[in-house]
Amino acid sequence: MNAMLTIEDLRVAVEDKPILKGIDLTINAGEVHAIMGPNGSGKSTFAQVLAGRDQYAVTHGRIDYDGQDLLALPPEERARAGIFLAFQYPVEIPGVSNVYLLKTAVNALRKHRGEPELDAMDFLTLVQQRMALVQIDEDLLYRSVNAGFSGGEKKRNEILQMLMLEPRLAILDETDSGLDIDALQIVASGVNSLRNKDRAFLVVTHYQRLLNYIKPDYVHVLAGGRLVKSGGPELAQELEQRGYGWLQEQAGAAP
Amino acid sequence: MTIPQQHYREAFERQRDQLPGAGVPWITRMRSRAMTAFQQKLFPDTRVESWKYTDLRSLDRHVFAPATATVRLTDLPDLTPWLFDGAPMHRLVFVDGRFTPELHPFQPLLTGVTLSSLAEILNAHPEQLEHVLGETLAPERPGFDAMNTAFLEDGAFIRLERDAVLEQPVHLLFISTGQRDSMTTVRNVIQAAPGSAATVIESWVALNDVACMSNSITEIRLDEGAALEHYKLELEGAAATHIGGTYVRQYRDSRLVSHSIALGGRLVRNELQVDLDGAGAECALNGLTVTQGRQHVDNNTRIDHRQPHATSNEWYRGILADRSRTVFSGRIVVHPDAQRTRAQQSNHSLLLSRDAEADARPQFEIHADDVQCAHGCTVGELDADALFYLRSRALDEAAARSLLVYAFAADVLERMRLEPVRHYLERKLAGRLSGDNRLPREVSPH
Repeated sequence: MNAMLTIEDLRVAVEDKPILKGIDLTINAGEVHAIMGPNGSGKSTFAQVLAGRDQYAVTHGRIDYDGQDLLALPPEERARAGIFLAFQYPVEIPGVSNVYLLKTAVNALRKHRGEPELDAMDFLTLVQQRMALVQIDEDLLYRSVNAGFSGGEKKRNEILQMLMLEPRLAILDETDSGLDIDALQIVASGVNSLRNKDRAFLVVTHYQRLLNYIKPDYVHVLAGGRLVKSGGPELAQELEQRGYGWLQEQAGAAP
Repeated sequence: MTIPQQHYREAFERQRDQLPGAGVPWITRMRSRAMTAFQQKLFPDTRVESWKYTDLRSLDRHVFAPATATVRLTDLPDLTPWLFDGAPMHRLVFVDGRFTPELHPFQPLLTGVTLSSLAEILNAHPEQLEHVLGETLAPERPGFDAMNTAFLEDGAFIRLERDAVLEQPVHLLFISTGQRDSMTTVRNVIQAAPGSAATVIESWVALNDVACMSNSITEIRLDEGAALEHYKLELEGAAATHIGGTYVRQYRDSRLVSHSIALGGRLVRNELQVDLDGAGAECALNGLTVTQGRQHVDNNTRIDHRQPHATSNEWYRGILADRSRTVFSGRIVVHPDAQRTRAQQSNHSLLLSRDAEADARPQFEIHADDVQCAHGCTVGELDADALFYLRSRALDEAAARSLLVYAFAADVLERMRLEPVRHYLERKLAGRLSGDNRLPREVSPH
């Protein structure tokens, strides 16, 4: 079976400062991978590079996504090819309504797949159904994207977008940060509703907490720009008990 | 006397007997005084503080003269594109600054409302204007104001009697036929008696991109409790010069909402002065400039708070592409008696090109102690985070950029109460941004 995503020796710098120092990772369809790590280890950079953020310079390595050279694609083509990033800090866009963005995004994907655009009624039916899953009030649809949303509303709005776009590879960047336990469960059930054998998830988080609700198949620890340890779900438990210090020491000792 | 001075003097001598109100002593005196003031220096140069960023030397290459050739009505194109989707309005159409009643039949008005050509009043009932015309202008002011008074040909006269409320907006459509180096000189007078209300739209359009100049002043007087929503849309051709002044005097509890939109013209100066001379008066000034190529748009606003408890809000935004330039000067003067003044000003510019330049000059002059004043001013580029966010949601880069620019402008457009005008501008803007003049309605939040 061919892997969905194959990352080989990925190195990334910001303004000549190396952030990622050689990442290798393979993700197959149907799998959930968690990336954990201390603050400043490069987790968010990694997530944003996968989605195509151009302020990070990829200095080395390659990423193959479904047989395509992912690094050659602009962000919008990655999105159309099924990659979705739920942002750690969803951006506020005054003057653009949430519903317009959702509809435009959904129809851009449909057009890419050669499907007809959804008409207003079908779209509304779909969005109402998905909103119920993440318990978002309908009036948020008609407000500016994320503008004035609470922290929890922003995160749920990211999950709503994900549910609407039905990505093949969803990257969740610290989606749990700032959420109370109820919101965390809502977000997790939204994610779990999408889990199937054709879809993969990359869950970036600082804490093990989210992984109680979204069960990963693999857990990787990113520290100092490298994946210093990989394992099964039990690794997350171990990190919860021992913290990251022991791994950082190991990473520091490595050549 | 310089050659241009001589030229304008000769033009004045040639014209004066045909100008409206010729032979009426007070009008003759007013024009002569204005001509003398104008002759002193003609146009201001950049050493004059309020013209620091707008260089008028390019005007010296032209000698503008009043449009002479009479345009046959059959030569005019279909006016429909300028009529806001046929929304019902009272309308006065001016061709090269002259009222052209054939182009739009008068609709019956309510009692208590006068709607007429200014030239008609100057000729037939000059006494009605004797203490009105020039009331809001600083006396003996040189430059374009003086030029306007000396050469003024026509414009609209709108008078609302006590408590008269005009349901339908009044649309003043100024069409420039683009005669090379022609100048049109327009004066509009709006007088709103206590308790009256109206909406007035001035739109300035052109048939082509020929170099010509329009010099227009709108004088507005709002008596106690009167309300006016005023739109000024500058949509003239790519080589046009437009010099505009809107001078407003407001008395107790009156309300003004002004929308000043500039999409067209090569060199545009819009002066907007509001004198809040009554307690509880309110004004809201919205402005949007969208420039490209080598356009230069200068918005110069001044608000005088003379009495207590008055409120002013000012929102100006600019979107600049290519090598275009904009200037925003916003002066707010709070006089010693104007306690409990509330004044808020914001000015934001979005640069779409490294070669564009936006100059902003907020100026507060506060002589009272119990006031709330605030201002915010930014000049920036499109937000890279927002751009990436939209692209990560499958919008291509061009669409994402247009959408963000559009949203930036929407902040001003959304303040417009007249939907047909707002939609008209939204389409124009969308066309300018993407070549596609249909952005769906739901793009803006409700």
